[in-house]
Amino acid sequence: MISIVVPIKQVPDMERVKFDTETGTVDRTSAAGEINPFDLNALEAAVQIKEKLGGTVTTISMGPPQAESSVRDTLSRGADRGILLVDRAFAGADTLATSYTLASAIRKLGEFDLIVCGEKTVDGDTGQVGPELAEWLDIPHVAYVSEIKEIGEKFTVICDMEGDRYLIESRLPLLITVTKDINVPRLPAFADKLKARKAEIEKWTADDLSCVAETSRFGLKGSPTRLKKVIVPSQEGRKGEIFRGSPAEIIERIIDAFEEGGVLQSIR
Amino acid sequence: MNDYKGLMVFAEQRGGKIHPVAYELLGKGREIADRLNMELSSVLLGDRMGEGAKELICYGADRVFLYDHPALKEFDLLNYKHNIVRLVKEIKPDTFVLGATHLGRSLGPRIAAALATGLTADCIGIELDEEGGLVWVRPAFTGNILAYIRTSTRPQMSTIRYKVMQKRERDPDRRGEIVTRQVELADPVLTLISREALRGVNITEADVIVSGGRGLKRREDFDILQGLADVFGGVIGSSRPLVDDGWIGREHQVGFSGNTVRPRLYIACGISGSPQHLAGMRGADTIVAINADPSAPIFRIADYGIVGDLYEVVPELTNKLERRCSK
Repeated sequence: MISIVVPIKQVPDMERVKFDTETGTVDRTSAAGEINPFDLNALEAAVQIKEKLGGTVTTISMGPPQAESSVRDTLSRGADRGILLVDRAFAGADTLATSYTLASAIRKLGEFDLIVCGEKTVDGDTGQVGPELAEWLDIPHVAYVSEIKEIGEKFTVICDMEGDRYLIESRLPLLITVTKDINVPRLPAFADKLKARKAEIEKWTADDLSCVAETSRFGLKGSPTRLKKVIVPSQEGRKGEIFRGSPAEIIERIIDAFEEGGVLQSIR
Repeated sequence: MNDYKGLMVFAEQRGGKIHPVAYELLGKGREIADRLNMELSSVLLGDRMGEGAKELICYGADRVFLYDHPALKEFDLLNYKHNIVRLVKEIKPDTFVLGATHLGRSLGPRIAAALATGLTADCIGIELDEEGGLVWVRPAFTGNILAYIRTSTRPQMSTIRYKVMQKRERDPDRRGEIVTRQVELADPVLTLISREALRGVNITEADVIVSGGRGLKRREDFDILQGLADVFGGVIGSSRPLVDDGWIGREHQVGFSGNTVRPRLYIACGISGSPQHLAGMRGADTIVAINADPSAPIFRIADYGIVGDLYEVVPELTNKLERRCSK
């Protein structure tokens, strides 16, 4: 029996979300919130392990009240229990405060063997919360896992680091962050969706965690990195030469332009 | 906070070879250290890395902290972390930076959490504010905006992208100090069983990429793009939809949820240019776009835009370039 925790995040659908390039603002109402796509791979990996060894998968998310829908979604995809950490005191957290809060919740949860995270979130794109979480919990981690080779007493995984594949063995407890290559997440079955709709999502506040955490480390207060400003970069200084016409005619002109611009020389 | 002084660069090595991002960070670090009149140091862990430590001095370090031990030859997360955290607590650098490689982005957060300090991911710039404080610059929201971030704790930490900072010219006569440190090793928890080179393309290192998008009609048509890529010894890339359809492997995907690439030449064929795709390739030195639709957003960031049918343009371009090259 294995006890697995999967931290997830609700993010805007980045393929659909509208972005105002003039003001640099994201119109969050333009796309519904969904589970961070990388977290779906993490959840799938966890559920597959559970199916092999028996045990439980618990998902935890820190977010606003509307993130409940994403936690509920995980129950239709094989998670047994879903917890939402929801409190104004958690708002404005950077990766350090987020990982600390998740670590506190996992401590409160008690025993666990394995934590599976997505490689990164599509909105924050830092990839830091997983490794930071492992440090707070004082357990080893392996990042960028693309394949799980062996599960059981020992865990062996493949992690991809640029051009190299590392085969790494670890004992439990362990945290892994997984890439999209690890699996293809299943779609929830209709019956599971119905069941998830009725399930209870536990909600924990800062107060609920105060027995295992220093609450001053939560949220904006506990976040050492601060956004000073945001700018929309000016259009790149590109040449912007446009060629039209029949291919035979324009290709010569293009190659000449390449040579003039030093494009071909810089490659050879 | 005043106890913290100087700038420290983590020097990544793999197989005994120092990753070039370390030299780039020393280049930028030297510039900042000189302006703020502080020390630039570097930390290097590995096996028999004495020569490597000297190289770090040639590229700008004043002092190199060297941890030399057979057990550190390959990346060992927990032992790397333990020794670095111990060093940082003793030396108290004001700033600690790592390359935003996979290794750096796995190790950096561990160190940051162990020190309970702020870490900013994947920066592409460092600026100084009025009081000499550092401001990290990083792309956010698929590269559509740049976020400027300050850190209230010390050491302030960041990971910095490869190929954005300039290394200095190597100075073989540069003087510096190499401090060999006592290595502390814990029982191995994570055991490396093997390391092998990944098969297939590594698109992030390619100098030339020829990419296909929705304008391709059949999966076999990637061969046409391969023909053009071959002229330059380049590789083929793809936008996300074709990868999702299984036409080509994910290792070829360029864009926000795929690979971020920075080649010398990027040729986009039949790619309209979604913000998510542009986020992955806007750092290319030269961008060529071939698209039948003159209003395609890709033309807005292209150096050379060709309005036309890729099925006519690409073979013709391949042909002419081949002839030009064989001259």
